[in-house]
Amino acid sequence: MTWEIVIGLEVHTQLSTNTKIFSGASTTYGAEPNTQADAVSIALPGVLPVLNKGAVERAIKFGLAVGAHIAPRSVFARKNYFYPDLPKGYQISQFDLPVVGLGALTIQVEPFSGNAKPYEKTVRITRAHLEEDAGKSMHGDFHGMTGIDLNRAGTPLLEIVSEPDMCSAAEAVAYAKALHSLVRWIGICDGNMQEGSFRCDVNVSVRRPGEPLGTRREIKNLNSFKFMQQAIDYEVQWQIDTIENGGKIQQATVLFNPDTGETRAMRSKEDAHDYRYFPDPDLLPLEITAAMLEQARASLPELPHVKRARYANEFGLSAYDTNILTSSLEMAGLFDSCVSAVGQSNAKLCANWLTGEVSAQLNRDGLDMAQCPISAQQLGGMLQRIADNTISNSGAKEVFRTMWAEGGDADAIIEAKGLKQVSDSGAIEALVDEIIAANADKVAEYRSGKDKLFGFFVGLAMKASKGKANPAQLNDILKKKLAG
Amino acid sequence: MLNSSLQQLGAALRAKNISSVELTQLYLDRIAQHNPGLNAYITLNPEMSLAQAREADARIAAGKAGALTGIPFAQKDIFCAKGWLTTCGSKMLHNFVSPYDAHVISQFNDAGAVNLGKTNMDEFAMGSSNETSYYGTVKNPWDTARVPGGSSGGTAAAVAARLCAAATGTDTGGSIRQPAALCGISGLKPTYGVVSRYGMIAFASSLDQAGPMARSAEDLALMMNVMAGFDERDSTSLQRDKEDYAREINKSVSGGKPLTGLRIGLPKEFFAEGLDGDVAKAVESAIAEYRKLGASVVDISLPNSRLSVPVYYVLAPAEASSNLSRFDGVRYGYRAPEYSDLADMYEKSRAQGFGAEVKRRIMIGTYVLSHGYYDAYYLQAQKIRRLIAQDFTEAYKQCDVIMGPTSPSTAFKLGEKGDDPVQMYLSDIYTIAVNLAGLPGMSIPCGFGANNMPVGLQIIGNYFDEARMLNVAHQYQLATDWHSRAPQGL
Repeated sequence: MTWEIVIGLEVHTQLSTNTKIFSGASTTYGAEPNTQADAVSIALPGVLPVLNKGAVERAIKFGLAVGAHIAPRSVFARKNYFYPDLPKGYQISQFDLPVVGLGALTIQVEPFSGNAKPYEKTVRITRAHLEEDAGKSMHGDFHGMTGIDLNRAGTPLLEIVSEPDMCSAAEAVAYAKALHSLVRWIGICDGNMQEGSFRCDVNVSVRRPGEPLGTRREIKNLNSFKFMQQAIDYEVQWQIDTIENGGKIQQATVLFNPDTGETRAMRSKEDAHDYRYFPDPDLLPLEITAAMLEQARASLPELPHVKRARYANEFGLSAYDTNILTSSLEMAGLFDSCVSAVGQSNAKLCANWLTGEVSAQLNRDGLDMAQCPISAQQLGGMLQRIADNTISNSGAKEVFRTMWAEGGDADAIIEAKGLKQVSDSGAIEALVDEIIAANADKVAEYRSGKDKLFGFFVGLAMKASKGKANPAQLNDILKKKLAG
Repeated sequence: MLNSSLQQLGAALRAKNISSVELTQLYLDRIAQHNPGLNAYITLNPEMSLAQAREADARIAAGKAGALTGIPFAQKDIFCAKGWLTTCGSKMLHNFVSPYDAHVISQFNDAGAVNLGKTNMDEFAMGSSNETSYYGTVKNPWDTARVPGGSSGGTAAAVAARLCAAATGTDTGGSIRQPAALCGISGLKPTYGVVSRYGMIAFASSLDQAGPMARSAEDLALMMNVMAGFDERDSTSLQRDKEDYAREINKSVSGGKPLTGLRIGLPKEFFAEGLDGDVAKAVESAIAEYRKLGASVVDISLPNSRLSVPVYYVLAPAEASSNLSRFDGVRYGYRAPEYSDLADMYEKSRAQGFGAEVKRRIMIGTYVLSHGYYDAYYLQAQKIRRLIAQDFTEAYKQCDVIMGPTSPSTAFKLGEKGDDPVQMYLSDIYTIAVNLAGLPGMSIPCGFGANNMPVGLQIIGNYFDEARMLNVAHQYQLATDWHSRAPQGL
């Protein structure tokens, strides 16, 4: 009997504003505890929230990027509960009227298992709403007490809630990655998962095909894609085993332990709070005008899916290429610069280098595109020399390695290393004549039909030119001369 | 000096007939003498008050004095004032010295006014008799066996007893107007959003509004000029042009009847069962006086106003239950000395730090917001709130101002209603609808009832009609002298 897996995600993205969502306190990460906690962050008596327009602009940009309905009027509500790192005793969030309504994100799924082919899928986004983050409780060295750091309290979050449209860990991870890429792409979140700027809660349930949805358990606060995959795989197997052994799934919130690879319940539904949501009387309803929408629309860069389509149409690139090229705004930017340096007709050359050498080298060094040590200008310069036949492909690889390790521009490296290939047909012809003269027996064999020997002659000629002969030219000349 | 208007005091200060230090000291001496019997003030800080007075004198000497520079005002202890103990009448904040100024406080400071001290109030402004204060009840200066009203009872008593030139109050369901009525002074609750709530400790955010309490409408107008105005730190503060609230105060139709053309609406619901006879009589005489001043009277109806007390006691506690969550013993204020764990710390700190009335309202508010009850209570109350506001909109098609009693009775005896919260809640029956609608309302003295206790006339205006209301009140105060009567023995 097979099982179906049903997964939905709630992602908390920290919006990249300089100040908090309801006060002027700084949001810079890593400051000394409580140095970024102003009167509002501490919730002194009498203080009031004032909405940060930058947070609203970022929410609108997200909504537009996923083709969502942007509510002309949305409402901030109070979610009431007591916790020491929640200074007001309530979190200001949005409840029944969120700023971003139904949208969708199309993702490219690469199945984890062996032979399955990559495919495209559209995940519906139920809603996205603005809210403030809580502070942090620190259970460290405080003489048996808990320390409270309110620096993070009031940091703006956009909580993005998906429909339960994903049916494997691979799809969930692909969605999370696409979302992660998108929020960075449109500049609303720095995407730093270590610092908690992008945190995922994953709702998982299983069911027999055709049956209604099973009871879900929510895996909280996953901050890496690897952990997400591990946590889902473990959780799915745990739920299946539980049911197959005659057990029932209880709705619960669980935590993933990366050390054991297991999920464990932290609270069951019986402990669920009654949050007593009601509209926050300190804040007016959030009204979004046509002008605000227009402004946000105008400030959006060309979106990944639009770029993908354009690369395919204009340059004839494959889905594989366009996906990698649009994996981040930096990657796409590098590609665009390279193409403008070497011309559209060489777009495939640019794509090959970016999806090949550049990606591989970044991977080897554990860097992401934003940290790439080679500039668009450097790379474009090198590609230009490939395109105009100054260097061969193997020469280019050496230029690239040098650039990566030591910097410098392509022409200087070519000059210094003598990598310029010989494209002087006279010189190549002379070289070929010498080889034919010195290998009369092999020439005879070739001419009697042993075509495979062609490679032997190419090797000799390349060696003789110290690798600098223009390969295409050499091929032509060799072919002509060998034919006799 | 004690009976001078704010305008006269300002003029005397600027003419250097008296210094701000002398005037401040005069009040501090009176406070030292009379406050022990009245308990109108929670916190006094003569050093800080006199330092402000010296600054004011320097400003006057430099010729940079404004209308209120150098005048000593008392501030309700609901306003955070930098360096001042700010308790909100609660044990919960018994040790809270505010590190910042409320908007209202900084407006007075900027005007060069002197802060004489923080006045007593019902705990977190929840009460109508000032008996819920952790710092003891305030006595009515007209009869110290009686309550001053609440929640701005300390302010009302201080103004009536001439223990300050004038003072601030806040009004969530009548907390300026009812104590003003019971202590025989004038008080104005402005249109919601006219005075910033920044730094004013929240009770029910959608109803709370600060306003002036003084001995005359003229004084109220000068204070409004300082208190009102847009403040970007309060999202519900209204972005309007600065206005001069005294601009119409002397407006008068020529030919002897200054208020000719004014249409006064009398809601039949305000003169029905539950209104004490002595109050009704004083209010009716006031209406008769207004007719003499040229006004006409229209009978109107506010059919939904009978629901305002129940609606208020759903909405205000709902907001309060959330607003008071920050008082948890974690960061400031009262924390229980002993507890076993986090939940115990919360429970004990809040059980010991809050008084009975505050706890009652937190429980009501928590209940009405709870899952399964929200629609039946909170949402239903919000709907009725809109109907109550619509009643006023309809009424103002027929009249310019609405008048009636401020409170159904004069000041009652201390302890008289302590056991019956509903009886206590009904003392705000005529004032609450005004907060629910967000309208401006005021109370001015209009005579005395049984036991010689003051009676207040309530004047309710349309939105932003404060200047007209002040004119209507001032014309009455020119024709009568109820507002200038002072309690004996002080």
